[in-house]
Amino acid sequence: MIPSIPRSRFLTASYTAYIVLFFIFLALPLVVVAVFAFNDSQFPSLPWEGFTWSWFFGDARPMIGVFHERPILRAIGTSAIVAVFVSILSVGVGLSNAFLFNRYRFPGQGILYVFMLLPLVIPGIVLGISILVASSRAAEGLWDMAQWDVAALRPGLTLVILGQFSFVATIATLVIAARLQKFDQTLEEAALNLGANRLTAVRTVTLPYLMPAMIGAFVVAFLMSFENFNTTLMLVGSDAPLTIAMFDRLKEGSTPLLNAVSLLLMLVSSGLALIMIFAQRRD
Amino acid sequence: MRAQAKLGLFLLLSPLLLWLTLLILIPHVDMLLVSLRERIGVGQYQIGLGNYFTFFSEPLYLRTFLRTAVMSILATAITLLIAFPVSYYIAKMARGRVRSALFLLCLVPFWVSELVRTFGWMILLRETGIISNLLQILNLTDGPVELLYNDAAIMVGLVYTSMLFMVVPLVTTLESLPDEVIEAGYDLGGSGLSVLREIVIPHAMPGIVSGCIVVFMLSLGNYLTPTMLGGKDSLWFTELIYSQFIVRFNWELGAAFGFMLLILSSTIVWGMLKLTGQSLEKTMG
Repeated sequence: MIPSIPRSRFLTASYTAYIVLFFIFLALPLVVVAVFAFNDSQFPSLPWEGFTWSWFFGDARPMIGVFHERPILRAIGTSAIVAVFVSILSVGVGLSNAFLFNRYRFPGQGILYVFMLLPLVIPGIVLGISILVASSRAAEGLWDMAQWDVAALRPGLTLVILGQFSFVATIATLVIAARLQKFDQTLEEAALNLGANRLTAVRTVTLPYLMPAMIGAFVVAFLMSFENFNTTLMLVGSDAPLTIAMFDRLKEGSTPLLNAVSLLLMLVSSGLALIMIFAQRRD
Repeated sequence: MRAQAKLGLFLLLSPLLLWLTLLILIPHVDMLLVSLRERIGVGQYQIGLGNYFTFFSEPLYLRTFLRTAVMSILATAITLLIAFPVSYYIAKMARGRVRSALFLLCLVPFWVSELVRTFGWMILLRETGIISNLLQILNLTDGPVELLYNDAAIMVGLVYTSMLFMVVPLVTTLESLPDEVIEAGYDLGGSGLSVLREIVIPHAMPGIVSGCIVVFMLSLGNYLTPTMLGGKDSLWFTELIYSQFIVRFNWELGAAFGFMLLILSSTIVWGMLKLTGQSLEKTMG
């Protein structure tokens, strides 16, 4: 079934109807979350009590808006810090991996490549508990051996960053490697012929070419870290990132405050996604 | 020059090896070791398969494990069935701007946290929710209906959450199928169904496999959706792992559970790859 092959009108109509239904299905939960951020009521549900901005800007009980709710603001900050670290680490390691697999041939490369892909097929919660177990065993070992108490090995932001990095790095590698694969190596050779040394050639020719992929990988890593739940859940300490903080509130019962936070999240992440699309379309 | 190349190789190899050894290999070995030790007294352990024995002898654990596996497979199948026609439409029926717009629309929900998506379904499905109210307004029910906290709600949530990971690989592989090949199929007397079976599906196989693997993994390892949308009886295996680790502080049993989950997911992913003659490098890389 392609447009150049004639079909019955009924079939075309029902196919189109199916597609429309599908997109309604996709949009429905998000639209509902967004709309109820403006409901002038204690609960994000019907009946509709009228339009209000209070869940964003309200500063008096019972309607304290996002911008006056300290714990939520702090959680957003925590998430952002974690995400920046995860993205920087992942893009750095991803770049190095991309060069390694693209430019070098060495024994065991194939196996190493498969091993590098494995984090994608390990459930996030298993990654979380395995790192939790390993780090606490390491902490115990250090304490028994030298009476060192290494705070970074206890559940907390360092472990959250490492846990998220452990699988985001694979994705960053794949994004950057895909672009490096398309790179015309004769350009680099031209730079070498013109007297540049290896490092200069890579810095002035190859890296600018890879820039869109690196920005893309950074944004993807940032978003994946920001929304990560499973791995974070197992490694989190006293500073909760946003998803964990929202989860705790959601268990207690929801107010439209959560809708307001969610709407802001949607706006920010679609903004980031747009930046990424433009960064990749520029060339 | 050779020494320089060696140095380069070494410099590029070290971050990769550090990452894979410290964050993947050692943690999993540690988890295996912890799962293999039995507590016999305060701070005293012996090596043995006791935790795995507990897992297999307690019906609740085994039942939850199997239920999670079956429901994840079901969620994967439903996602594939829903996503295939949509991906085909985007790849082969839509043209130009419409195609990119539809594709982008598919991506949008997934830039939003899973928590937000699940929250959206809670608002829709719960007793005081939109759908319940709508049914009452249309006079289809007498009172409020609770649509949340059951297996169907979990299924809706899982399918919704992982839709993107099916649509993207499917669209990518279907786009690479030239229209002429489909036309040739019709010219040779094929019907819509036989063209689909003989040409389109075999061509889309790598996409189908990679989509299924990711969706299955995401469903199996999901914690949020079953916890928020499921009821008291719809326990998910990840919830057992969480409760052993965080609530009961029984890391030995929790690690054994974690390993069982890992074995289950690897077996099914491996089986899927073998069954369709694909490899992990080809489908993921």
